[in-house]
Amino acid sequence: MAEDAALPLKMSRAAYNAQKKRRSLIVASTSMLTVLALIYYFVPRAPGWERVKDSFFNWDVFIGTFPKLLDAFLIDVMIFAWCAPAIAIWGLVIALCRDARSPALFPLRVFATVYNDVFRGVPVILVIYLIGFGIPGLGLSRTWSNPYIWGSLALILSYSAYVAEVYRAGIESIHESQRSAAKSLGLSHWHTMSHVILPQAFRRVIPANMNNFISLQKDVALVSFIGPVELLRQAGVEKSLLANFTPYVGAALIFLSVTIPATRLADHLIAKQNRERG
Amino acid sequence: MSKKSLTFAGIIVTSMLSLGTAHAAGECAVGKTIEEGVLTVATGNPAYFPWVIDNAPEAGKGFEAAVAYAVAAQMGFEADQVTWTTSSFDQAIQPGQKNFDFNLQQFSITEDREKVVDFSVPYYTSALAVIVRQQAIDAGALPTLESLKGLVWGADANTTATPIIQSLIAPSSDPLLYDDTVDVIEAMNANQIDATLLDLPVALYQAAAVMDDGVVLGQFPADESNSPDHFGLLMEKGNPIKTCVDAALTALSESGQLAEIEAEWLQQATDVPMIE
Repeated sequence: MAEDAALPLKMSRAAYNAQKKRRSLIVASTSMLTVLALIYYFVPRAPGWERVKDSFFNWDVFIGTFPKLLDAFLIDVMIFAWCAPAIAIWGLVIALCRDARSPALFPLRVFATVYNDVFRGVPVILVIYLIGFGIPGLGLSRTWSNPYIWGSLALILSYSAYVAEVYRAGIESIHESQRSAAKSLGLSHWHTMSHVILPQAFRRVIPANMNNFISLQKDVALVSFIGPVELLRQAGVEKSLLANFTPYVGAALIFLSVTIPATRLADHLIAKQNRERG
Repeated sequence: MSKKSLTFAGIIVTSMLSLGTAHAAGECAVGKTIEEGVLTVATGNPAYFPWVIDNAPEAGKGFEAAVAYAVAAQMGFEADQVTWTTSSFDQAIQPGQKNFDFNLQQFSITEDREKVVDFSVPYYTSALAVIVRQQAIDAGALPTLESLKGLVWGADANTTATPIIQSLIAPSSDPLLYDDTVDVIEAMNANQIDATLLDLPVALYQAAAVMDDGVVLGQFPADESNSPDHFGLLMEKGNPIKTCVDAALTALSESGQLAEIEAEWLQQATDVPMIE
């Protein structure tokens, strides 16, 4: 009997919620459309709009340069492809050094702390210049002075510092009692790490690390400072020859086509994790 | 040689036409500068030798600094009526109001760029020179196209050197590109590239004063390369001052003053072999 009475109330609440949702949807889309309409109406009426359009959104320039930009983007993909795994591994090594608890391993902790301080504090571009021009300048052979090698190494060293900090946060988020429990079962420090702490820590930091890798995806372009003609550099060359900024817009679209899906995926993973924990 | 003088004659004829509308030097620029009675000139920051000496264009030392003051004087501006500002390449081509009347930093005049900005008649035509390190010569590099093809090339990405290397030399491996000449030379020192293409006066300076073992391997004569490197003063598209600037430059080249400035500031290379 009581259930029957509750039913209409439940339905009316569902209906109320649906109505509320509909209303907020209408408000949101109206306000969005208004903003877009205002932009669409006013921006082209600015006195310099034709010039800006010519400089940044020139269709002919876009069509003429886009295929070359896509070609150059392969270089970014390539550099990313070999840097990302190396960063994941080296970052973990640094994080483990920082977590070393035995007094004998104190030098490792110092090393990891200094490493993180230095590489997080120094601009990536400086690291790229220093390693990319500096090390080959010591007199290496042509094969070994290749800018791809040293540019990639610079990215790996810099980004590992950020990734290591994320790992460390993950490791420290696992409650101390789990270590004690593992110890009481007779697991060694490394077994505790590999079987108890790390598997959980990894899962927790996946979204945060994805953000690091999304930003690496853009910073790969910095390697162009020491020679490789990747997307951003190719766009710069076209810009310089045509005295037109449209190639940069083309480059931005290419970067966005990768970062937007990746960011959405990271958001999705974070939301999923919060739901599971909540 | 004959080709060069022909081009030059062409330039003079075109500027004569524009001269028709230009009045006496002093009056021409009235009401056309961004600040009345003052000529604002932009150059790069830093501005390099031998174009500007010690990054101080207001001293009038260096080829481009001297050209700017000569043009200003021809247009009727006293030296103290000239103010300097700095601009990057990107600032020079951005849409919107410019903060200079003209901008000189070895801008090569090209058809594509002329769609966006205006250039004066050329004030200098540069030969392009190939610069390498001694070790490349020891390894057998010669001033022939055949030999140049086999080298690893580098260039400043913001210059017209890139397409010229591709079209003139067509090297077997893709050139590496950098932000400026300093980085290109650094890459050469780091043994990442063998050679680069620079304007001859810059190449002579780099080989003599900057690099430990730099050698100017050879030059492409200015009038024979497919894309001759004419430098022009850059102005906002449609800037009415262009007629005055062109008239001043034409007068300077006719009176021989421009050649004098060139002889004073740009090292004349007599012993750099021509490339074939």
